[in-house]
Amino acid sequence: MRRAWPIAALLLGPCALLIVLRDALPGWAVTPPASWRVPFIEWINAVVEFLRKTPLVADFTFRDGTRAVAGWIEWPLDLLEGILISGFADGAVPSLPWTMIVGLAAVWGWYLRGWRLSLLAGGCVLYLALFGKWKLSMITLSAVLVAAPVAGAIGLGLGILAVKWRGFERILWPLLNVMQSLPHFSYLIPVAVFIGVSHKAGTIATILFAMPPMARLTILGLRGVSPEIVEAGLMAGCTRLQMLRKVEIPAARPTIMVGVNQVIMQCLAMVVIASFIGAKGLGHDLLFRLQSLRIGQALEIGVAIVFMAVTLDRLSQALAAKEPEHLREGAWWRAHPFLGSAAAVVAVTALASFITPYASVLPRELTLTTAPFWDGIVDWVTVNLFDPLNFFRDALLLNVLIPMRTGYQAVPWLAVAVLVGSIGWRLGRARIALPVLGFLAFVMLSGFWARSQITAYMVSFAVLVCAGVGLPLGIWASKHEWRAKLVQLLCDTFQTFPSFIYLIPVIMLFKVGDVAAISAIVIYASIPAIRYTTIGLRSVPHHIIEAATTSGCTPRQILWKVRMPLAFPEIMLGVNQTIMFALFMVIIAAFIGTRDLGQEIFRALTFNDAGKGLVVGLCVAFIGLTADRLITEWAAVRKRELGIG
Amino acid sequence: MEPKISCRGVWKIFGPHPERFFHTHGGAPGPDAFAGSGYIPAVRDATIDVFPGEILVIMGLSGSGKSTLVRCLSRLIEPTGGEILFDGRDLLKATPKEMIELRRHKMGMVFQHFALLPHRTVLHNVAFPLEVQGVARADRLRRAMEVVELVGLKGRESYYPRELSGGQQQRVGIARSLAVEPDVWFLDEPFSALDPLIRREMQDEFLRLQNLLHKTIVFITHDFDEAIRLADRIAIMNEGVIVQIGAAAELVTRPANDYVAEFTREVPRDRLLTVADVMAAGADPDAGAAPVEANAPIHDVARRVLRAEAPLRVVDENGVTQGAISRADVVDALFEDRSGRE
Repeated sequence: MRRAWPIAALLLGPCALLIVLRDALPGWAVTPPASWRVPFIEWINAVVEFLRKTPLVADFTFRDGTRAVAGWIEWPLDLLEGILISGFADGAVPSLPWTMIVGLAAVWGWYLRGWRLSLLAGGCVLYLALFGKWKLSMITLSAVLVAAPVAGAIGLGLGILAVKWRGFERILWPLLNVMQSLPHFSYLIPVAVFIGVSHKAGTIATILFAMPPMARLTILGLRGVSPEIVEAGLMAGCTRLQMLRKVEIPAARPTIMVGVNQVIMQCLAMVVIASFIGAKGLGHDLLFRLQSLRIGQALEIGVAIVFMAVTLDRLSQALAAKEPEHLREGAWWRAHPFLGSAAAVVAVTALASFITPYASVLPRELTLTTAPFWDGIVDWVTVNLFDPLNFFRDALLLNVLIPMRTGYQAVPWLAVAVLVGSIGWRLGRARIALPVLGFLAFVMLSGFWARSQITAYMVSFAVLVCAGVGLPLGIWASKHEWRAKLVQLLCDTFQTFPSFIYLIPVIMLFKVGDVAAISAIVIYASIPAIRYTTIGLRSVPHHIIEAATTSGCTPRQILWKVRMPLAFPEIMLGVNQTIMFALFMVIIAAFIGTRDLGQEIFRALTFNDAGKGLVVGLCVAFIGLTADRLITEWAAVRKRELGIG
Repeated sequence: MEPKISCRGVWKIFGPHPERFFHTHGGAPGPDAFAGSGYIPAVRDATIDVFPGEILVIMGLSGSGKSTLVRCLSRLIEPTGGEILFDGRDLLKATPKEMIELRRHKMGMVFQHFALLPHRTVLHNVAFPLEVQGVARADRLRRAMEVVELVGLKGRESYYPRELSGGQQQRVGIARSLAVEPDVWFLDEPFSALDPLIRREMQDEFLRLQNLLHKTIVFITHDFDEAIRLADRIAIMNEGVIVQIGAAAELVTRPANDYVAEFTREVPRDRLLTVADVMAAGADPDAGAAPVEANAPIHDVARRVLRAEAPLRVVDENGVTQGAISRADVVDALFEDRSGRE
């Protein structure tokens, strides 16, 4: 510990010196001159133009190809929409009655985990019907139900290929890193260019966005299969295919199912945002209501999305955790009680729909709405809290945010490079230093340095606030088992909400601007800070705490001298996640008016500028990956030193 | 007798380019060649025969190369050099397809951590090797049920591995390896992960099965007591080298070096050694007192020999005189002479 100060001085000193000597530095060392800009955008757009216009085979351009592929997604989409809402042959074959879907959701929840999940799933779906969101949510659901299996299958396939061919993994892994740090909007633009603006385009963007976690978790799962199990398969005389199908994939099932859960949740998050390129459903209406500042209705749709997210998340998690079960004895409805009840639900609801149309389609006049109530609250806030909120916003802007922004913009790029490079060098020599400097170089040469500084300022302020919220909450939660469980449950729940949702309350309070954007980031990105602090503090080995207690430590001393230092690497991984979350959110927050990279992506989206969208997206990804590289490496080094993990 | 498996000068070297390293050192790299080279010799020049129907125990501490050697014998690990004959055929020349056939019909293996498939019931785990061979469902389930009964798990065939204790899980592992009626049975520290009491029970179970089945067995362990209980012959490995091969009594009475002697020091010699191991063969003392039997453990006869004034006559089971045993023989056998080494 005594050695920490000189090292810190060594790392921070040169950077600080460069900042102090800013005015003495030549201009090129402060702001990258325009002449340095590498025309990445133009290069990408040239490729895009080529692919769009130049026939590759006969008359067919690459874009014709992508459009043809996109056409295939249309029939499963139509099929599901037909089943869930519109029916077939102009209503001659009706869609499933809403009562049946509510009942089946409840039965499924019961089958997977028990009556609590049954109530949750049934209740959430019931809400969608009662509050008049049935049609919209079924459109969204059908898009998720089409996108998730496709994304899952592609991810699974890529993961298997990567495990079987080392060379392919070496290409895929870094690609997955970048893809998982690219902001949502970066996926939208190329899809809009090559497929167009439509519901199916939105679904395709969703597939692309949701695929990487599946590939990653498949790789992790297959690599994690115990070597003995693989050997047992070999000794049984498995062929390669038998090994994969009968041994490796089943043994990796728990991890792969985590991937399935993530794919479903990413699909829902993306299908909401994909409304920017024409995806229909809840997201589309939410976007429309927010743009016209009809907060009450937006909130109601938001709640519907949240309920859908919670239902999908809990059901897929329960499915992942489901262990194989023994068959029961007796007649088939006894042997399969859940199948039996599902059949009963189908029969009863079908009969009910035959008797009364209300059981089939809930008419609009019977649905409830809470929008006036929420509008009332928004009005009340505007009338009564206008002054304090305005005061808070202006004070924050004038005294903190604007000075901080100015400060960030004054930092020479050379100082940032020296800091990042020296930390990287210290952690892992060239292995870490070169990639992070490469990331930085791209941002600098892309022509978006100034915008990136604004993004960096917003993210770092938000991350500071998140740490300020997350650390005390995490410490509080780690004191008791029940608190930890409660916080875990809340974090899990809030994390399932599509990020776009977090804009609603923020718009309600602060309308638009930096303060609103930062508030949205803080709400969203505090989750990992809280979660990792709690987990880190609680996972300190019990015997170490016992040793500290018998040494006569007070609870305070145990916290600060034992648990905190041991949990710190884990907490830093939480900070890393917070930065990633913040970067995702800061781009989405461009919707409510920021002047950073997000705004640039937004413009690119408006003008269908694929090159710009991708380059700005890569800037965001590389900022995130720089932080990620440094922090995860530091945490790994520190954990090794502490002998934990 | 023809050996079932014959392992001639087998090497396994780990490192970036083991083959190249192996050949640049003329196929016999010495300890100096490895120092600072980045290559690790897991198995060095191992030569050993496994005869039909015997239990050969390979004994060594962790890192001694015993697990690597047994995996070379089944080609789960590809040896860097040397030759392995299986029923007289060169195993290292077998194509992947032939290897699959060999493993499907001739080899069975039991693993330290059981290596059961978590998503299959006991019965379907046991039937798994038959399933991958393509045996019809009814046939393979019938056969699996027989083996499940053989290992004493009848009534638990529809349990999942997670619902069984460690000992029961290993019984499943054993049943699975026996389902295809292999000629050669590899057991890689099968009882090391079990509690001492269960371990003993499983060793008895193992001996019971071997009395029924008479397989050719290669058994890996780090526990010398276990080796003594089970082995016909023991091979002791240290740092990748097979130091000595022999029956337990031979290792105790004539250890090849200090390493083997160190292992055998705590062995209960009076129970391990028999009269025949320590007697003066060929001697024919006066037929005064009642004779002792040649195959009796020293423990059973020590009291009598030590109290007798003169050496006692040793006879075989037919009463034919084999030699004589004196007080000095018993004392030397029980109290190892260390004066020479100090």
